[in-house]
Amino acid sequence: MLLAVENLHVHFRTADGVLRAVDGVSLQVDEGQTLAIVGESGSGKSVTANSILRLIAEPPGRIAGVIRWRGADLLALSQRQVRKIRGGEIGVIFQEPTTSLNPVLSIGHQLVETLRLHERLDRAAAERRAVELLASVGLPEPQRRIGDYPHLLSGGMQQRVMIALALAGSPKLLIADEPTAALDVTIQAQILELLRDFRRRTGAALLLITHDMGVVAEAAARVIVMYAGRKVEEASTKNLFRTPRHPYTRALLGAVPRLGAGTRRLAEINGAAPSLLQRGTGCAFASRCTSATEICRRVTPPLEAKAPGHVAACHHAAKEMVAA
Amino acid sequence: MNALLEVIDLKAHFPPRTLPFGKGLPVKAVDGVSFRIGRGETLGLVGESGCGKTTVARAVLRLTEVTAGEVRLDGQRIDNLKPGALRPLRRRIQVVFQDPYASLNPRLTVRDIIAEPILNFALAQTPDEIDTRIATLLDKVRLPRDSAGRRPHEFSGGQRQRIGIARALAAQPDLIVCDEAVSALDVSVKAQIVNLLADLQRELGLALLFISHDLAIVEHIAQCVAVMYLGRIVEMGPTRNVFAAPKHPYTRALLSAVPVAEPGSTRTRIILSGEPPGASNPPTGCRFHTRCPSVFERCRADEPRLRQTESGRLVACHLNEMVTSDVSPPPPRAAVR
Repeated sequence: MLLAVENLHVHFRTADGVLRAVDGVSLQVDEGQTLAIVGESGSGKSVTANSILRLIAEPPGRIAGVIRWRGADLLALSQRQVRKIRGGEIGVIFQEPTTSLNPVLSIGHQLVETLRLHERLDRAAAERRAVELLASVGLPEPQRRIGDYPHLLSGGMQQRVMIALALAGSPKLLIADEPTAALDVTIQAQILELLRDFRRRTGAALLLITHDMGVVAEAAARVIVMYAGRKVEEASTKNLFRTPRHPYTRALLGAVPRLGAGTRRLAEINGAAPSLLQRGTGCAFASRCTSATEICRRVTPPLEAKAPGHVAACHHAAKEMVAA
Repeated sequence: MNALLEVIDLKAHFPPRTLPFGKGLPVKAVDGVSFRIGRGETLGLVGESGCGKTTVARAVLRLTEVTAGEVRLDGQRIDNLKPGALRPLRRRIQVVFQDPYASLNPRLTVRDIIAEPILNFALAQTPDEIDTRIATLLDKVRLPRDSAGRRPHEFSGGQRQRIGIARALAAQPDLIVCDEAVSALDVSVKAQIVNLLADLQRELGLALLFISHDLAIVEHIAQCVAVMYLGRIVEMGPTRNVFAAPKHPYTRALLSAVPVAEPGSTRTRIILSGEPPGASNPPTGCRFHTRCPSVFERCRADEPRLRQTESGRLVACHLNEMVTSDVSPPPPRAAVR
C-alpha cells in the first residue's frame, strides 16, 4: 500500500462558522495504480489532495483522520520531514502553472534546486539531469530554454516544466490537481499523453483530481466521486461509467455534453450544491435528487458495497452482490 | 433575403507594442473572417486560445475597432457608425460574458442591473411597467421574483449567469453574443444554462453567436459552426456535418483531442505537435502548416482559400481541392496512437 487515507476530515474556521470541506473521506492508492477523484467546485477534491500534501494551513484549517504514506503517519511528520516527501516521493502538478512556478527564478534554477534537494546531485550533474528532464517532457531546445523565466513560456510549456519538476524527485506517486483544466484541448491531449508515457516508463502511481469525466475515462482505472465533502461512490472507471449506482453520478454523467450526441437536450441537475457551512441531516444530494424519499432527508446514507469493488452512499442504490 | 448579421472579410489588427529596440509587429488577431447569421439561428465559433474568436465577438459588438471589412446588421453597416448613430443598434445586439463574477456590478441590485438596459433604451416608462418587465424577465430565466432586491454576491455562479442573460434579454435584442458564457460553470449547472439558452432562443426567435472552446457544448446548441485558427476560419458548415466528417486537418485534430467520457474508447487520437504560432507573425502559406499532420509542399507557399466543398460547407485546405480534382493526396504523416 502506497497511500492510505482513513476517515479524513478537513474543517475550516470562517467568519460564518465551521466549513466542512472534507467530511470523512477514505481512499487508497496502491503502487502503480491510477485513481481519479472527480467532483464539482466545492466537493472537497482539491482539499483532500492538499491534505495529503500537507498544504492546508492550520489554523484556519483543522485536519483529523489518518494519512499513511508507505506505512508512515504523514500527519505526524514535521514540516521539515514532509518537505522531503513532497516534491520527492510524491510529485505534484497543480492546475495553474503560472502561479505554481516561481516567476523570478529561471526554470533551470528551479529544476536544479529540486534535483539537488531530493536527488542529492552536485550542480553539474543536476544541470545535466535538468536538461534531460526538460527534453523528456517535450520542451523544444531544452539546452537553450533552461535559462528562460516562466513568463517566457506558453501555458502548455509551463505545464511541461511543472511536470519535469514533479518528475525530478523520481516520484512513486504523482498527485495532479486539474493538470489540464487551464489548457486548450489539443494541448490537453499532449499533456495527458505525456503523463501516460511517464507512468509507462516509471510505473508511478497517479492520483488525479479533476472535474472532467472525459479526463477520468481516459486517465484513471479507478474513480471516486465526491459531493459536498463526502465520497458518494467509488468503483473501477469502467463500472462507474457503465453502471453508476449513485443518483448524483448518474445525473453528472447525463449532464456531460458529449460529442456525437447531436442536439439532444442535456440532462439537468436541478438546484445547486448545498452550503458546506450548515450540514443538515440526511443525504446532501437529497434536495436535488429525483429519487429522494423521506429517509434520504432524515438519515445520512452510509457507504456500502453495492457490487464487488463498487461502493455507493445511497439508500436506494440497488445491491447486486455476486459471489466472487 | 438578408442575413441578420453579416460579417465580411473582417480584420482586427492591434498596433505593435513599443519595444526597447524599435517596434514589434502588429498582432493580426482577426485576419479576414466572413460569416452570416440568419434570424433565430445559432452560429458556434470555436477554436483555441488566441485564435481570434473573442476579438470577432468584440468587433461585432463594436467593443474593438475594426481594421478592415464590414459588419452588417440587417444589411446596414455598423462597423463605421458614429457613436450616436450606433446607439439604437446597440440594443439589438447584446452580450453574455464568460465570468459571472466580473460582469455584474456588485453594488447594484438585480433589479438595477436588469433595469439599466430598459431605461437606457426607453423600453418602459413608468416604475410599474419596469417592475412588470423585470418580473417577466426573472421568470424567463427561471429565477425567483424576490431575487430583484438582492445583490450579485448572494447568488451562485449559475444564478449569476441567469442574471446576465436576463440583462441581455431586457434590451429585447435580435442577437446575443455569448462569449464562453458557460465555460466557467460546473457541469451540472452548465447543462441548466445551455438548456435555458436553447429554450429562450426558440421561444423568442433569438439569433446567437455562441463562442466557445468546448466543442461538445457547441454541438448541443449551434446549428452551424465555424472553426477558427490563427485569425482565420478554416472550416464552416452545419454542425452535424462538420463534426461527423471534419474536412480540415485542424478540425479533425481538434475533435479527436476532446476526451471521451467513455472508458476504453478505441477512438484514434490525432495528437498535434507544437503550439499555435503567434498572430503577429503567422506562417506563410497555410497558417496551420507548421502543425499539420498532412502538410505537403504547396501548403508552405500557398495560402488555401475558403472554398465550398458541398452545399453550405466551406473548407480552407489544399487537400480538399485535390480530393475534388481527383488527385490522391499524400498519405498523412501518422501522429496517431
